[in-house]
Amino acid sequence: MSETRKVLIDPLVDNNPITLQMLGICSALAVTTSLLPALLMCIALTSVAALAGAAISALRHRIPNNIRIIVFMTIIASLVILVDQVLKAYAFETSKQLSVFVGLIITNCIVLGRAEAFAMKNGVVMSFIDGLGNGLGYSLILISVATLRELFGAGTLLGYPILELTSNGGWYEANGLMLLPPSAFFIIGLLIWGIRTWRRQQVEKPEYQIHEVHRTEVF
Amino acid sequence: MPDKREFDRDSISNTLLVAIGLSLVCSIVVSSAAIVLKPVQQRNEELFRQQIILDVAGLMEPGGDVEQLFAAIEPRTVDLETGEYADAGDPGLTVDIPAELDIASIGQRPRYVEVYVVMDGGAVEQVILPVYGKGLWSTMLGYLSMAPDGNTVRGLRFYAHAETPGLGDQIDKEPWRAQWAGKLVYDGGDEPRIRVNKGPVPPDAADARHLVDGLAGATLTANGVTYLVQYWTGPHGFGPYLKNFREAS
Repeated sequence: MSETRKVLIDPLVDNNPITLQMLGICSALAVTTSLLPALLMCIALTSVAALAGAAISALRHRIPNNIRIIVFMTIIASLVILVDQVLKAYAFETSKQLSVFVGLIITNCIVLGRAEAFAMKNGVVMSFIDGLGNGLGYSLILISVATLRELFGAGTLLGYPILELTSNGGWYEANGLMLLPPSAFFIIGLLIWGIRTWRRQQVEKPEYQIHEVHRTEVF
Repeated sequence: MPDKREFDRDSISNTLLVAIGLSLVCSIVVSSAAIVLKPVQQRNEELFRQQIILDVAGLMEPGGDVEQLFAAIEPRTVDLETGEYADAGDPGLTVDIPAELDIASIGQRPRYVEVYVVMDGGAVEQVILPVYGKGLWSTMLGYLSMAPDGNTVRGLRFYAHAETPGLGDQIDKEPWRAQWAGKLVYDGGDEPRIRVNKGPVPPDAADARHLVDGLAGATLTANGVTYLVQYWTGPHGFGPYLKNFREAS
C-alpha cells in the first residue's frame, strides 16, 4: 500500500514532472492563459497518461525493443484521438477552446517519458497509478499557472470577473504580459525556485564548476 | 505464450506481429469511436452554428431552445454574381477568386451561398451572411449580420477558428466583438471601408464610424478579420447583394 501511495503522491511535489523532471513544459505554456481550458487539458492528459501506462505495461513483455517508441506513440495517439472525440461530443464548447492542444498530448513528453521510464518495467496497476500521479502532478502546476495568468492577465477566474478591470471602470489594469507565453516561463521558474527552497533535496549538485582560466595558464 | 526465457521479443516475426496487431487494434478503436460519436458531434456543430446565427442576430434568449428559435429565420440562397436570390442554385458550384481580389486568402468561393434572412412583418429586419478567411493560424468562419440599409453592421461572430488562445481568440469574445454593431461598411461607394484599426481607434478619427479597435498581440488575426470582412462585403463577395439593399433604402 505504501508503495502505491508513493507512486501516486511522489509526482505531486517531490518528483513533479514539470518542476523536477522538466517535462511537458510546452503545453504548460500554451494552455494556461485561462483556467477552464487548463482544467480540461489536465483531465485529458491525466487520463491519457494513466491509460497509456496501463496499456503499455500490459504489453511490456511483447513489445520489441527496436520499435518500442513507435509502439508507444501508436498507443498514445489512439488514446488521444479517443479523448479528443469524447470531448468534441460531450464538452463541445471547451473543446473548441483547446483546439489543437488536445492533439498535442501525443507529443507530450510526460506521457512518453513515463511509458519508457516506468510502464516498461512495472505492472499494469502500478503503471496506471504512476500515470495518474504524474498527470495529477502536471495538473497541479498547470492549474497554479493558469490561475495566476487568468487572474492577473484578464482579471477573471473561469470567466467570472474577480478583479474589476479599468476597461470596465474598475481599478485593475490587466497585465497583458500574463497572456503571452513568456509569462508562463517566469511563473514556472518562480514555482521551481519556491519548491526548491522548500525541498532542499531537489537542488541539483553542480555538474562542474566553471573554471576560471588566467591568461598565463593558456600559454 | 512460450516460456519467457525462450521467447525472443526482438525476433522479426514478433516485431511484425506486434506492429500489425497493434495497428489493427488501434485503428479499430479509433474508427469505431469516431463513428459512434459522430452523430452527437455533428448535432453539436449544427446547434452551435445555429446558436451563433441567433446570437449575431440578437435573437438568442438565455435558456431558449436553439432549434425552435432558429425556425423563425429564413434561409435563402444568393447568387453572388448578380446579388439576386436564386433558390435553385447549385451549392456545389465554385468560382476561383482572382489572386488580386483574394485578400481573405481563401482561393475559391461558392457561386451560390446560403444567407439567413430575419423578417419583421413583411419587411427584411436583417440579413446574416456567412463570412470566412485566413487568420494567423486558421481559417476563421463566422457570420456577419447587416441591417436592411445594406451598410450598417449589426454584429460579427465567429463559430470556428484556431487563433491564439488569450490573444487572437478575442475576435469572438466580449467586449471586442460588440464594437462591430453600428459600424458602417461603405462610404458612398462600393468599396468597403470598414476595418480593424492598429491599436485603439482615436475618438477624433475622421473615419471612426468605419473603424474597430485593434487587438494588442493579435495584429495578424485582426488583419485577417479586416480582410475577410472587406472581401465578403466587397464587389466579389456580397457587394452586389448588399448594393440592392442600399439602392432600395
